[in-house]
Amino acid sequence: MTADGFSLSGETSAVHEPHGSSSNPLVRFLGTWVFSRDHKVIGLQFLFSSLIWLGIGGLLALAIRWQLAWPWTEIPIIGRTLFAAEGGQITPQFYNVLFTMHATIMIFFVVVPILTGAFGNYLIPLMIGARDMAFPTMNMLSYWLMWPAFGCMIWAMATPERGPDFGWTAYPPLSVLFGDAQSLWVLGLVFVGISSMLGSINYITTVLQLRAPGMTLFRMPMTVWGLFITAILQAFALPVLTAALVMLLLEKVFQTGFFLPNGLEANSIQPLDGSGGQPLLWQHLFWFYSHPAVYIMVLPAMGMVSDMLSCGARKPLFGYRPMIYSMIAISGLGFIVWGHHMFVSGMSYFLSVSFMISTMLIALPSGVKVFNWLGTIWGGKLRMDSPTLFGLGFISMFIIGGLSGLLMAATPVDMVITDTYFIVAHFHYVLFGSSILGVFGAIYFWFPKMFGRMMNDFWGQVHFFLSFIFVNGTFFPMHFLGARGFLRRTADPYVVEGFRDLLPVNQFITWCAFGMAAAQVIFLINFLGSLFWGRKAEANPWRANSLEWTVPNSPPHGNFAEIPQVYRGPYEYSYPGHDSDYWPQSEAPA
Amino acid sequence: MYRFWGLLFFAVPIVGTIVYALAMLGVAPFAGLRLPANYNQAGVEIAHLYNVIHGIMAVVFVSTGLLLGWSVWRFGGRQLSGGQELGARYFTHSNLLELTWSVAAAGILVFLSLYQLNSWAENKLERPLVEIAGRMQPQPPLAKVVAKRFGWEFYHAGPDGRLDTPDDVYLENLLHVPFGEPVVLQLESRDVIHSFFVPGLRLKQDIVPGMQHFVWFKATSPVELEIICSELCGWGHYTMQARMQLVSRSDYDRWLAEQSPWKGFAAKEEQE
Repeated sequence: MTADGFSLSGETSAVHEPHGSSSNPLVRFLGTWVFSRDHKVIGLQFLFSSLIWLGIGGLLALAIRWQLAWPWTEIPIIGRTLFAAEGGQITPQFYNVLFTMHATIMIFFVVVPILTGAFGNYLIPLMIGARDMAFPTMNMLSYWLMWPAFGCMIWAMATPERGPDFGWTAYPPLSVLFGDAQSLWVLGLVFVGISSMLGSINYITTVLQLRAPGMTLFRMPMTVWGLFITAILQAFALPVLTAALVMLLLEKVFQTGFFLPNGLEANSIQPLDGSGGQPLLWQHLFWFYSHPAVYIMVLPAMGMVSDMLSCGARKPLFGYRPMIYSMIAISGLGFIVWGHHMFVSGMSYFLSVSFMISTMLIALPSGVKVFNWLGTIWGGKLRMDSPTLFGLGFISMFIIGGLSGLLMAATPVDMVITDTYFIVAHFHYVLFGSSILGVFGAIYFWFPKMFGRMMNDFWGQVHFFLSFIFVNGTFFPMHFLGARGFLRRTADPYVVEGFRDLLPVNQFITWCAFGMAAAQVIFLINFLGSLFWGRKAEANPWRANSLEWTVPNSPPHGNFAEIPQVYRGPYEYSYPGHDSDYWPQSEAPA
Repeated sequence: MYRFWGLLFFAVPIVGTIVYALAMLGVAPFAGLRLPANYNQAGVEIAHLYNVIHGIMAVVFVSTGLLLGWSVWRFGGRQLSGGQELGARYFTHSNLLELTWSVAAAGILVFLSLYQLNSWAENKLERPLVEIAGRMQPQPPLAKVVAKRFGWEFYHAGPDGRLDTPDDVYLENLLHVPFGEPVVLQLESRDVIHSFFVPGLRLKQDIVPGMQHFVWFKATSPVELEIICSELCGWGHYTMQARMQLVSRSDYDRWLAEQSPWKGFAAKEEQE
């Protein structure tokens, strides 16, 4: 028995204190929606805060695009208010703040929390037949630790310099020598790190200990596999980042000498002597986390897309085990490829060769996944609804994002395209084109379970169509800019004569980015409208197999009236001889 | 509707490949969207690699993209064909297929890994050798490049051919370099990390303070190239650029002889 009243075997026992016990409505509200230990409520909390941050991060991106299309011009409507002193235009320093905060928010407040925090929390216990997470209180803490992080970032943006301006990679000495917002940024990320670590320990324990009887590891849906492997990645990689962040903070506050070398002339005035640090040390520590973080940000989406596509195609997932093995291979290799971010950093060029080889190798399991998804829809009976469309869009975009990675793995070519828009194109195809489109699909797919109503499918398809067009319109031309050498992270690239003719391309990209933002308004209206006025959904609207569809919508605290017995894997669609085209995992054989 | 979506997914590999091909061929309106003109001997090999990898990518991109489009076109309509509902085919896996595509992909990746090694070695591992005092030794740098927020200092080795001597020639934001012969540059930074990027030479090297880096190249023609900093170094990062003037050896020697040595060196000696 754990303190929360569940036995580890998953057998039913006293469900913990129902929320509605207090007669005071305020206490009841706080207990149900704010300080809840229910994994579903925590999942929704993560979902809503991530969606809000997605909006904020997106607006920052639009400001970046504005500057690149119409440099040093007044931003319409909001420019005068935000930059009164500068005549309504973005300053070079604030431009650096923009891309730093865009990346920080999108990575740490949107993609990671929405995948692991929102869907991880909501789906893991429901999909494996558990009543809740193994450690519900720790789960609640993992969400509440996000708020100090939010506070730190907002505070950092309220400082006179309006936020950190050294890029999300925070390379010292720049991040140590200049700017005061650095400490707040670092503190914020430490909170995020602790939150994620608590979450990942919880997920690993839950998956290993609380599966329903019959739910063997190889009967788990790919969503759970993706989240499980992600949790392992986080548990091993995050401590390194957290340690590195603390070192960076100490460097700033106490001049400890981890990263700053001898004889530095900060501002060309005062040489700093005798510190004996090494800037490359930070890069190794940082990328040791931040490369696995790339997989943290895509593996759960891969899992969810696998489930949505198999259900949408009414066909078993093709190559279930190879799919799992390739995820395990990605996570293993993911730990030894970080050096490909450092091919021209000054790191040993012999070391670069070994990182080049491991990076080439990691393309293999990613390729295997794509082939298996194609095998899944081949010969199926595709249902062209919003979740399936977003799933298909995920594959299409992941092919592009994955393939362009080959160029970066090739060290001599990387020397040319690193630090350029080619890199920006590549990781946005993976993070936006794949992960975020996958997340949208997952929202359409699990919305009925979360809120008991359907999202509007027609507007979902419009949302998909516009997003798909504008994602490509925005990010595809960036490949060409990068080939030309067009640099990322520069407030005004047109200072360089060789880049002046690229202005029209950038204006085209910016128009597409505005189109993409407009498409998200459709999603927002659909999402909010469906919460209140959506068509009422039955418990299993997609006729899917996994366990979460066997419980009523907006499942009660404790999830299952009775812990289900699992008889088969989650992908028995169109099983020959079975009377319907799906066969739920917990349906007893005749 | 499924036909519409089928067309959309077909469009990705088709439109993508056409646009990419036009850009790489330099056809209007996509002219200028490819690797910049190359003035470095080693850059030829890099462009070749770039094209080879694009070829491999194109094959995978088009074949998987068409498969995806075809699946949607063909199997999206299944429930409607002949007014009769057709079921999905039940198949779960094929070890033979998995093995085939894994081995094929692995083969391509191993080929790529090996194929690029020479170019990397040429650019970063094999510094040119010259004969000094009867022994083959690494070629000494022609000039020292010092990066600082937000500009470049160039110290050309004077007529004695050695750096950090009283005859060094100093220029701000302008580097003179002879073409047609291997040139080595020594890179240093005064404050934060910068990056020495010359698009025309297909050359990039981060400059980490506290370290010395060496880059080398063999320029092919007398042009003026832009040097830009490609590592974020602060608010003025976007302004940090310089020019590289490529001249013939004889012009270079004549130019060097005409310059007066950098006075700062004597001052620095005195200070120390």
